[in-house]
Amino acid sequence: MRLAFEKRTSTSKAVLFVVPFASFLVSLLLAALLLGISKTDPLRTYAAMFRGAFGSWSNFTETLVKAIPLMLTGLGVSIAFRMRFWNIGAEGQLTLGGVAGAYVALTWAPALPPPLVLPAVLVAGMLAGALWAGIPALLSAYMKVDETLTTLMLNYVAILFSEHLYYGPWRDPQGYGFPGTALFPDSAWLPRLAGRAHLGLVFAFALAVFLWLVLNRTRFGFEVKIIGHNRTSARYQGINVSATIVAALLLSGALSGLAGVCEVTGISRRLQQGLSIGYGYTAIIVAWMAQLNPLAVIPVALLMAALLVGGDQVQMIMGLPSAMGLVIQGLILFPLLAGSLFSEFRLIRLTGRRKGETA
Amino acid sequence: MIPLLTSLLAITLRAGTSLIYATVGEIYTERSGILNLGMEGIMLMGAVSAFAVVYYTSSLLAGLLIAGLVGALLAAIHALLCITLRANQVVSGLSITLFGSGLASFLGQRLGPVSNNRYLVGLSAVQFKAFPLPFLSRLPVLGAMFNQDLLTYAVYLLVPLAWFFLYRTREGLNLRAVGENPQTADAMGIKVQRVRYLYTIAGGMLVGLGGAHLSLAYTPGWSENITGGRGWIVIALVIFAMWNPARAVLGAVLFGGINAVQFRLQAAGTHIPAAYLNMLPYLATVVVLVIMTWWETLSKRIGAPAALGTSYMREEK
Repeated sequence: MRLAFEKRTSTSKAVLFVVPFASFLVSLLLAALLLGISKTDPLRTYAAMFRGAFGSWSNFTETLVKAIPLMLTGLGVSIAFRMRFWNIGAEGQLTLGGVAGAYVALTWAPALPPPLVLPAVLVAGMLAGALWAGIPALLSAYMKVDETLTTLMLNYVAILFSEHLYYGPWRDPQGYGFPGTALFPDSAWLPRLAGRAHLGLVFAFALAVFLWLVLNRTRFGFEVKIIGHNRTSARYQGINVSATIVAALLLSGALSGLAGVCEVTGISRRLQQGLSIGYGYTAIIVAWMAQLNPLAVIPVALLMAALLVGGDQVQMIMGLPSAMGLVIQGLILFPLLAGSLFSEFRLIRLTGRRKGETA
Repeated sequence: MIPLLTSLLAITLRAGTSLIYATVGEIYTERSGILNLGMEGIMLMGAVSAFAVVYYTSSLLAGLLIAGLVGALLAAIHALLCITLRANQVVSGLSITLFGSGLASFLGQRLGPVSNNRYLVGLSAVQFKAFPLPFLSRLPVLGAMFNQDLLTYAVYLLVPLAWFFLYRTREGLNLRAVGENPQTADAMGIKVQRVRYLYTIAGGMLVGLGGAHLSLAYTPGWSENITGGRGWIVIALVIFAMWNPARAVLGAVLFGGINAVQFRLQAAGTHIPAAYLNMLPYLATVVVLVIMTWWETLSKRIGAPAALGTSYMREEK
């Protein structure tokens, strides 16, 4: 008997759900091995992580706080990845969104009627994120410059730029030397829903539904799908591939920019250290685990946020490094990638003679 | 002028060494047709594991061995996913980087001594120190080349050897064939999958050593994100080197040079904010990529292995 892989003609919904879920369990098992080696009880650790993320109302709202930027950047990354455009610059787009939001909140707020301040701040953040994704998109679409590297390099540029601003020219003169801008006027504060969880949660839910509709029910979404499948055939079908890529990436960057501006207006209410802490990279895991489906991004982002909050908790309770959450997150993609073989191919038993062999 | 040039060259080489190891490693990986975007994670793991081992054993050799081994292991995961399981190479590489940087940060908070709260940050250990070679180190300016640490001296051998192996040996020819046209290579009797595994793993080993140079020589000690994106810059340097190990030196020297100039300008106390100087390597990477891509469209081909990034499956005959 010989075994071979055969490409599945269609992927069943069950496989799409089972593979990510199984991958999560496998990554927990792998991480348990790692914990076992370092003489820590994995079950106790996971129980503590779970309690840390969901054990009380205030813990749960903190999990939501971390889930919001992961949802928004995860949505942004998903759109780009659907076209096989490897935007790994969500971190920089998020950072620049925060910077632009801070600029508008600190300089335009007195001149604007108070109800217009927050919308202006949010729009500025989205525009900045869009701009930061637009540069690599233009370079890639019209000059074929590899976007993996350009998006990533611009992360460093954006982060250094924001650090320069709040350590230097934008630093609050009344801040006792603390690196950060002055507190935004309260007209630029994003309302909070529960604990520190803010209105960004509503944005994320609404945008997930909106994007699902755009990707599945519009001409634009159809073009994105075709481009992701095969750029050459998309071109033959009369799709303006370059323009669609740029448009989709502006949307992708705007979502990450929104994540950043929601962080500064909803959480810190000033631009300071702690904005760029890796949400944009975790977003890659979120997007891939959600199989690039905007609706699935929401629960997956919540799960990843739970790992981050749980990781912080085991640090406090058990003295384990908070990076534990990052390790589990990093492990998730391996079984997921290995599992994708089974969602795209199925194992078949070869019977009979091989073609080409003569009797 | 002469002392300035000498010191610029010295810093350039010191800063460029880790880049050369990693660039040569990635060139070999990509020559086999496998794109490994996990460099940043592998370098971080190489750096943290080398430093931890040297801290406890005081043996630099043991540090290098473990960094090479860790690099090889991570690259083997990538090879398994991309070659046998035919996963998407971009996403697999990204996962290696995400996992590697997460684990490196975890280990950096776990492997240290109890007296330091189990942190590795802020400790010091034995390191590779620069030592002058007799006579050669007294040359004007170029003498800086011969007042380096052992790992930098090893680069002077690594680069010509890597070039010779790739272009002048049977094995090197096979490797290039696999990256150019796996079908033909297969028909020639080359074991495509085996070659890909071998050079992906060997490449990862070199990248791990590049990471070890950071924590054992360039900036001795462990600090979070010690690589500062070098693993990504390397991916661009491979394109800049047009997949030729001999040209890996150019890119590494260019980027090491940017580091050196940055260092000098900061020391001289210019009015340019440090942040803008620190952006230089990243902006330069973007510029290099744009120029190389533009060059490629002009001259059609700059030497990228034709089968780079595609998985190969033997067709049923």
